Amino acid sequence: MSKQAKVIEIEEVAIRFSGDSGDGMQLTGTLFSDTSALFGNDVSTFPDYPAEIRAPQGTVGGVSGFQVHFGHTQINTPGDYCDVLVAMNPAALKANFRWVKPDGIIIFDSDSFDQKNIEKAGYKGNPFDEEQVGAIQLISAPISSLTRESLKDIGLDQKSIMRCKNMFALGIVSWLYDRPLEHATNFFKYKFAKKPVLIEANTKVLNDGYYYAETIEAFTSNFKVKPAVIEKGTYRSINGNAATAWGLMAAAERSDLQLFLGSYPITPATGILEELAARKDLKIKTIQAEDEIAGICTAIGASFAGSLAVTTTSGPGLALKGEAIGLAVMTELPLVIVDVQRGGPSTGLPTKTEQSDLMQALYGRNGESPVVVIAASTPSNCFDYAYMSAKIAVEHMTPVILLTDGFIANGSEPWKIPDLDKYPGISVPKAKKGDGPWLPYERDPETLVRTWAIPGIPGFEHRVGGLEKMNRTGTVSYVPENHEVMTYIRDQKVKNVAKDIPPVEIIGDEDADLVIIGWGGTYGHLVTALSEIQREGHKIAMVHFNYINPLPLNTVEVLSRFKKRLVCEINLGQFANFLRMNIPQLEYRQFNKIMGLPFTVNDLKDVILKNLED
Amino acid sequence: MDIATYKPEDFKSDQMVRWCAGCGDHAILSSVLKALPSIGYKHEDVVFISGIGCSSRFPYYVNTYGVHGIHGRAMAIASGVKVSNPRLSVWVITGDGDALAIGGNHFIHLVRRDMDVNLILFNNAIYGLTKGQYSPTSKQGSVTKTSPYGTVERPFRPGGITIGANGSFFARTIDSMPKISTDIYLEAAKHKGTSIVEVLQNCVIFNDNVWADITDRENRDDRVIMLKHGEPMVYGKNMDKGLMMRNNMIETVQLGENGISEKDLLIHDAKTEFAGIHLLLANMEYPKYPIALGVIRACEASRSYDEKVEDQLEAVGEKSKIHSMKDLLYSGATWEVK
Repeated sequence: MSKQAKVIEIEEVAIRFSGDSGDGMQLTGTLFSDTSALFGNDVSTFPDYPAEIRAPQGTVGGVSGFQVHFGHTQINTPGDYCDVLVAMNPAALKANFRWVKPDGIIIFDSDSFDQKNIEKAGYKGNPFDEEQVGAIQLISAPISSLTRESLKDIGLDQKSIMRCKNMFALGIVSWLYDRPLEHATNFFKYKFAKKPVLIEANTKVLNDGYYYAETIEAFTSNFKVKPAVIEKGTYRSINGNAATAWGLMAAAERSDLQLFLGSYPITPATGILEELAARKDLKIKTIQAEDEIAGICTAIGASFAGSLAVTTTSGPGLALKGEAIGLAVMTELPLVIVDVQRGGPSTGLPTKTEQSDLMQALYGRNGESPVVVIAASTPSNCFDYAYMSAKIAVEHMTPVILLTDGFIANGSEPWKIPDLDKYPGISVPKAKKGDGPWLPYERDPETLVRTWAIPGIPGFEHRVGGLEKMNRTGTVSYVPENHEVMTYIRDQKVKNVAKDIPPVEIIGDEDADLVIIGWGGTYGHLVTALSEIQREGHKIAMVHFNYINPLPLNTVEVLSRFKKRLVCEINLGQFANFLRMNIPQLEYRQFNKIMGLPFTVNDLKDVILKNLED
Repeated sequence: MDIATYKPEDFKSDQMVRWCAGCGDHAILSSVLKALPSIGYKHEDVVFISGIGCSSRFPYYVNTYGVHGIHGRAMAIASGVKVSNPRLSVWVITGDGDALAIGGNHFIHLVRRDMDVNLILFNNAIYGLTKGQYSPTSKQGSVTKTSPYGTVERPFRPGGITIGANGSFFARTIDSMPKISTDIYLEAAKHKGTSIVEVLQNCVIFNDNVWADITDRENRDDRVIMLKHGEPMVYGKNMDKGLMMRNNMIETVQLGENGISEKDLLIHDAKTEFAGIHLLLANMEYPKYPIALGVIRACEASRSYDEKVEDQLEAVGEKSKIHSMKDLLYSGATWEVK
């Protein structure tokens, strides 16, 4: 028996699990983060995986990682650097060493650190000498051989046995941070219900890893992270893609419309299609179309037929959908287009995050083709903004582009289950019989919204299409004056949405000189940098945009209050330029990173401090 | 309006028809208008969807719901309409460029899914709206504005594509044969699944007489064969020619010669699942063969795509414990913070 290790209480921890794509690191990380969430911690996660499903084993290109940041305090990011790196092979070390804190811990599978793997990872000699580990604590654990030993009598083949070694690693980390094992073992029971031997194998390896950590005395202490002090209520864990799907479903339920999704699989947006395809019980209809264009065109057809219609995609797919978005603009049909942004241009970085589709969303179409653009900013608020996108699309009879990104789409966090009755109602502008004849393009004089007449209802038979429409009657028109009138109407109709969106708020010190400006998925990093800088005694403000087109009505007034404005985004300055165009009387500084990765709080703090001085 | 008293005029819109004088599209419109009162759908339950091209103006001329879409995408738009509301009678109006060039992908996938949609393909083997460029069905060697020395491309055969994509219904007609055309549109409407009707249509401006070899009244009866399910394959002005299967190939024969009589001829079986014979019939070309008209293939599945979608919603819904968003939100792993 080992001596009792001492227990140290800490506020927050970031752990990065990393290994080959086939090593099950995403699952290991998810089980750990869900366990921590169930335990009551606040949690933020960041899956970092390659585009290749199984790149050559043991190479840096094939390394898949999953970072979990959990704490007793509020957690807004997955953490820049990790306290613990679990490296299942030398390539995982190579790919992730730069993210380990100088006083962190590296737990590695010593069995996999043989000459062959070391060379494959690109090391010449001892990896730990080459990386200059300094004060980092190294925990060498023969994870592969202990897993093999643990399961030698269980009656599984070698390959299946080796697939359990991630659970040994999870066991070690679970002991180190005093996490219960129930969530993982319950998961095995559900996942392997049809193969009980795998329930037994995974449970055994998990426990053996746990007791191995307790026994070896390599760790001088283990750590306790108390539950976070968070709002009372019922919680669940959710990622951005699921939240997007659920927000759309909630809007369909509230508006009593059939939800229809036409989509084509594309990383990192596919999760939304998968989530909705599974929800036949809520009468959701999905078509996995033959291509991106068919995805949006089926949605336009469904919208014409009276469904709450959605298409989901990522950057390259949004490019392909451009012409059809124009058709939805011209036909003035409600449509939600979700773009989960990834690194571009072209195929770019499919599994990495970026904010570089903003200009495409705003302007990437032929003609004067205005649409509403909204951006979600955290995994869980994808629910809210998906709901609002649907509400605005229906109530204003317009396409709405909802921007999320790979970071918030795949990242997860605990989410207080919302009270759906607190969400605003959705009023559907259905065509009604009036005194005179019904005209397809007659509109509400205030909002400029036309009414929605749905096939199957007698008396409203009409044709819509991509050719320019005659004002009011909706017949084809080539009249020059009419085209100008209609162009202004379509423009104003989108501008009118500003009356229905909340004002933008100032976070932090209203009397600061410097305001940092962000939009979309960078919220967590920006707000963390802000509070750390405030804690260091500086005055600083932040304004974060979720509604981009149209901008909230108070935007000019709010941004004018500050002496210096620093626009931070993961692109070369698209939102900064959008602000310059819309509010040219103000000056904007920029901070841009474009590495396919989220900001780091450290980088943000450096640049903000510099801008405080200059 | 009572569905039993519908007349063709009830389906005519108030829009002026803007096709060229003498265009085959006029005759197609008139044949479709004649079919519509009898398809068994109410006025408001019919939707016409088109892409881009001369033919695609069609929805403006019928007084039903309609979408004039974008180039090549009518098939996808129609799929969304049908899945969204399977109770509608959905028609796609398209051309050889719209359906087989820019929309080729959507065409084969519509056919593959076997959605209950009726598609009328106006085949004039030319791009009319852009004023005379060759199309995917233009004969090799066609001299057009973009092929001044003749095309070097091999053309598509719409029937071959339909059957190759596992299609359940293919029929062919000629714009100038209104009675047969109306009958075929009714058959297409009746068929559960994707019905493809190819209409050999004359573009009087840019490809006049493209099908004249076949459609010319003088010789037509000797150069087309009207296929009827269950009947022997006889054709000709004097009904003295027929089709036989010899050496695994279709051959044209003269009745009465070499002791050949009607009982030696092929009997048309449009309903057989076996598509080989339908492919041979659909691909017959003049002058080696007569062109096959009528319903070449009508092999109906028990459930169409849109019906199967509904079946699945029903079946999964019955078994599931989740019937509302609230059920879903509280499903799976949740925890209380007190």
